[in-house]
Order: sequence, then structure tokens, then C-alpha cells
Amino acid sequence: MAGSESTPSAGARRRPREQFSGQTAFILAAVGSAIGLGNIWRFPGVAYENGGGAFMVPYLIALLTAGIPILFLDYAVGHRFRGAPPQAFRRISRGLESLGWFQIGICIVIALYYTAVIAWAVSYFFFSFNFAWGDDPTGFFVGEYLQVGEPGFSLDFVPGVLIPLVAVWVVTIVILGAGVAKGIERANVVFIPLLVVTFTVLVVRALFLDGAADGLNALFTPDWSALTDANVWIAAYGQIFFSLSIAFGIMITYSSFRPRRSNMTGPGLVVAFANSSFEILAGIGVFATLGFLAFNEGVAIDQLENLTGVGLSFMTFPAVISEMPGGQLFGALFFGTLVLAGLTSLLSILQVVSSGFQEKFGWSPRASAVGIGSVSAVISIVLLGSTTGLIYLDTTDNWANNIGIVGSAVLMTVLLMWVLRRGKELQYHLNTVSTFQLGSWWRFCVGILAPVLLTYMLASRIVTLISEGYEGYPTWYLVTVGWGSVAFMVVLAVVMPMVRRHESVDGFVPWPEYPPKPQPTSAVKEARR
Amino acid sequence: MTSTAVIFLIVTIVVVWGGLIASIVALRRRPEAEDLPEGGHDDDGVAPVVDSRES
Repeated sequence: MAGSESTPSAGARRRPREQFSGQTAFILAAVGSAIGLGNIWRFPGVAYENGGGAFMVPYLIALLTAGIPILFLDYAVGHRFRGAPPQAFRRISRGLESLGWFQIGICIVIALYYTAVIAWAVSYFFFSFNFAWGDDPTGFFVGEYLQVGEPGFSLDFVPGVLIPLVAVWVVTIVILGAGVAKGIERANVVFIPLLVVTFTVLVVRALFLDGAADGLNALFTPDWSALTDANVWIAAYGQIFFSLSIAFGIMITYSSFRPRRSNMTGPGLVVAFANSSFEILAGIGVFATLGFLAFNEGVAIDQLENLTGVGLSFMTFPAVISEMPGGQLFGALFFGTLVLAGLTSLLSILQVVSSGFQEKFGWSPRASAVGIGSVSAVISIVLLGSTTGLIYLDTTDNWANNIGIVGSAVLMTVLLMWVLRRGKELQYHLNTVSTFQLGSWWRFCVGILAPVLLTYMLASRIVTLISEGYEGYPTWYLVTVGWGSVAFMVVLAVVMPMVRRHESVDGFVPWPEYPPKPQPTSAVKEARR
Repeated sequence: MTSTAVIFLIVTIVVVWGGLIASIVALRRRPEAEDLPEGGHDDDGVAPVVDSRES
């Protein structure tokens, strides 16, 4: 029965669509999703390496011309067509369901390793109290803690990672299983204010460290020559793009949990600016701290290593924490904020997967969360709880972001705007329900500018990965794990649309109607009252 | 800190945090659009769960 669907029987019981309890809850959840590990450990280093203060110019342009427009595109799709990506896209066009499953595939791949980073941060939260990493944080992280082996697959489990990893999965499944309003929303309403307050305390503390001013000089002194370097612009668009959680289904799914008569673009602007505001705050905090490290070691900032990602958090920061007066508290706060920022993003990623399966098979939120969560947890524990976890993470992270998400964004913008030509309808939808009005500039950004830039990014990355490999890992490993992750997304995109849906999408009517009917004149409206 | 770095720090904060404050203020003044077309009350053929906090 490939591609067939059952029609809903008359009087069949249907669950009402889950909803956030209000606009503020939606904003907090969306902010929780957008603010993730990338804001804390990616932005500061990227800004520093790409022109410092001058980076803010391409960064802001990228926010306004790609970040916010694609965020709105996600909102329009999810809010108008009411579903996680497979259902929302299928309601736009039957063939588009594949793209939805491709996005679900991205979320699955990311969730598997994202959990591990949160688990490490949980461990390091506790390690902060006695500086468990000793005098050699890098050696401790790679050797003693992760016990990293050669690239490959190993069943040599590392208990120190396994236990927090299981704990993170249990917490995640419990929150997801409680549903959108009682699970995700409540978690974000508590965690996001806590994250912002804690992180602000951390940043203020960092500003009073010796050498903090040198760190901020390094971050904010502009290098204008960077503006003529195409790679700097690509870095800015990449940062905005990965940081906002766009184009892989999260914002589509979250916006589908808003009632149809809800403002979308107004809250969207708050979400986008909140995400960037947190990034700036993180930049200040991280570079003030790095300034202290350089000061203490008597070197210049540009001689420091590991300024982004896993290296920054688990190698460089522990070194700073050990040298700092009151480092225990600083360390606990830093790793605590990583856990909060990561967990709220992880929840949103898994909600996409859970909702996708709920809508396809008619599962309840609890059944879907437990089912999807348990299977993912087992795979995640096998792949990341062993001695090869770090290498696996490093590889899939690169492919999921640079090939998966960028590819998904190219497909989404080109198919919606050019092949199916739904740009005007989506713009009309957002403008009708929202307070902030979009002009034709939005269609230009989403239909022309973004696809051109993203296609360039995708193509150049594919060429680099094929010609140069990645991080010196063996080719067989990159093919299996890196390209294999993308192959998994493609298989899901091909197979899942052929599986029978529990219910047809044929009866779905988008609202508001497009093209709009001529509105009754105000005189008629008056008469009706 | 050098004066150039201070200027860039301040400009960045004003633009980005200012954008956040401006978007929050705009949303508080006008949380929802008025004059929506009729309909859109039902979701997927069922009455949605309406929360009392939301008008």
C-alpha cells in the first residue's frame, strides 16, 4: 500500500493539536531552542577569527537578510500547514513530504551526539568542585575522561560518560513525554530565565578578572580588511544560520503549536534578537575569561589554542577555572549553563522527531516520546558512550550541519519559492496573522539571496570534504559516519513517505484563505453587527 | 581597553540589545494583529484547547 492513506472515519476521536499556553511561552521555548551550545562556544571564536569588531557588520547583515527571513519561512510553513515538517510539507504538496523526513533525519543525527555533549557538561559540573582535571585538562579530557581511541566503532564503554548520558536521556524522555505545554513549555519557562541570570553572573565575574580588558580588545578591535574576504561573510552567514535553529524543522514544529489566530513575526523578531543578544553576552564573557588566561600565562591572546567548540569548553576553560580565584563556583556555573542551554535545544530537536512520528502514525505524545526516545537513547549510548564517541561526534556534527542543514535550507527555499511558487501565499499568511509586516524584500531574501549564498556554502564545503577529508580521519570512516549520516537522512526521505499514514491530509484547509476573497465593505460589517 | 574596542563593544550592544528591547516593546504595545479575517478558530476540524490566559 505504498503511499496510501486511510481516511478518517466519521466520528473518529481526534486529539486536539497540542499548544503552547500563550505567546510568552512560545517565545521562551523558541529562544530556548535557538540558544544552544553554539551561542556559547561557537560565536565568540568565530567572531574573533573573522575580523573581531568588524565581524559585527557581516553578522548583523546576515541576521537581517538570512537569519530572520528563513526563521519567518519556517514559521509560515509550520503555522499555516499545522504540523511537524513531514505533515506540513505534505499539506503543501504531496511530494514535499520527503523534505520533511530529511529534516527529521537531521534532527535524529544531531540528537544522538548533542546528548553526549550535555552529558560531558554534567560530568564537568561535578569535576569543577575539585578540579578533577588536574594540571593537564586536555590530557584529562581526551585520555582519562573520554579514553579516546582510534577512529572506528568500539564497544569499550566508558562508565564516566555512560552514566551521565543515560541520565540526560531519562530526563529528556520524561520532559518530552509530558507534552508540549506541560513538558517543553514548563522546562523552558524555568530553564531560560535561570540560564540568562546564571550566565550574566558569570559574565560579570569574568569582567573583573585581570586581563579581561585585553580579551575584549582582542574580540572587539576591528580588522577592516576582513570585510573584503568572502570567507568572513560566509562565516557570518554560517554562524547566524546554525545559531538560530532554522531550516531543519524545529521552528516549523514549534510554530504549529500556536493557535491559527496568532501573531508570528512579532514574536519572531524577539526570538531572533534574543538569540543574538545572548551570543554577544557569551562573546564578552568568553573573551574576558580568555584574556585572564593569556594574562596569567604571560602570552598574547592570539597564542592561545582551542578557542571554539569542544576544545574551548572542555580543554581551555578547565585550565582557566583552575587558575581563577573562586574557580570552583565559576566552573560549576559555566558547565551548568552549558547543560541548560544544551538541554533546551535538545528538547526542541527531539520534539520535531516525536511530532513527526505522532502525526504519521497517530501515536500519543507520551508513546511517541518514550518510543522515539528509548530507541535514540540506545543508539546514542552505543555510539557515544564508548571510546570512539568524540571522533564520532566531531564527524557527524560537521556533516549534519554543513551538508544536512545547509542542504535542507537550499532545498526548502528553492522548492517553496521557485518550484511550487508559494512565496506570496506564505508572505500573505504571515502578514495577515502578524503585527510586523513583510514586504517583497522578504521574498527576495528567502527566494534569491539565501539560496545563492547557501548553495555556494554547500558546494564549497562538499568540494573541501571530498578533496581534503576531515581532521585527518581515515576515508573509510568519513564515508561511513559522515556521508553515512547524510545517506541515513536520504533513506528516511525516500522510505517514510511510502509508509501508510494513519490519516489522510486531504481534508486539510489552510487558513486564512489564499488568494483572499474580497472583504465585505465596512458598511456591510457595520450592518452585521 | 582601547577606545576603538570600547566603541565597537558599545555599538554592538546598542544595536543587538537595542533590537531586542525594541522588538519586545513593539510586541507589548501590539501583541496580536486586529482585523483578522473570519475563521481560523478550529484546528484540524476540532476545537482547540483554549487557554484562559490567552484572549
